[in-house]
Amino acid sequence: MKQIFALLSGLLFGLGLIVSGMADPAKVLNFLDLFGSWDPSLAFVMGGAILVTAPGFAWLTRTRSRPFFDTSFRIPDKRDLDPKLLSGAVVFGTGWGLGGFCPGPALTALPIAASGTLIFVPFMLIGMWAARHVPDFSFPAKGATR
Amino acid sequence: MDTTFTPWLSLGGGMMIGASAVLLMATNGRIAGISGLTSRIFARASDGEARGVSALFILGLLLAAPLWRLASGDWPAQWVPSNPALMAVAGLLVGFGAVLGSGCTSGHGVCGISRGSARSIVATATFMAAAFLTVLVTRHLI
Repeated sequence: MKQIFALLSGLLFGLGLIVSGMADPAKVLNFLDLFGSWDPSLAFVMGGAILVTAPGFAWLTRTRSRPFFDTSFRIPDKRDLDPKLLSGAVVFGTGWGLGGFCPGPALTALPIAASGTLIFVPFMLIGMWAARHVPDFSFPAKGATR
Repeated sequence: MDTTFTPWLSLGGGMMIGASAVLLMATNGRIAGISGLTSRIFARASDGEARGVSALFILGLLLAAPLWRLASGDWPAQWVPSNPALMAVAGLLVGFGAVLGSGCTSGHGVCGISRGSARSIVATATFMAAAFLTVLVTRHLI
């Protein structure tokens, strides 16, 4: 049952990205272009998503001790603002601003098979693989001493 | 490339994304973070069940556009940058940065902010700032 709901959740997520316009890098890049052809749509996407997720998560964790088809809520408990978090966000944001794709929209747009998407996705997977498999890779965070 | 401001569609689509995050948490107890779910498929120490659930979520994501096409007769409209070198570098940075920083727009930006996580709020502000700055540089300064 949990497998079926994982599939359905992914499908709903992808349809939400398409309806909201976020599977289109042009809209994302225009949101990021404050001093040019600014399109504020992305703020409404994040607003709409948080409007549902925040009360949804709060209700779930308040009324239930575990998910419907699993043993526990796996909620991250890390609290520290470490250099990895910050340098990762800088690297991610830079790539997002270059291509107009973050992971969800890139995967959703993959079957449409635009040439840029067909290049972006394999390189994104290589990047993810590298970050997962090179645990000691010390990315030189600006101003951070290790 | 000009786009039209779509407040209602974007709000509605955003609410669908939120509903998906709540559904995954309610049924599987997992955060709907796309970079986390995707990279878990490659994780060395990941258990098989977590890997299977992650793969099925990603499969659902991949089925959305074909289903859209089946229902409407057309692919969703899009314009994707076509410079291959640019897209290769962008892909590498997005994949590496999202996993290094423990999340992307969905995991930090939607789920993390919804939980009131300080880490996610700082990460989202940071990657937004980096992205705004990148577009400022590529579109207006060079």
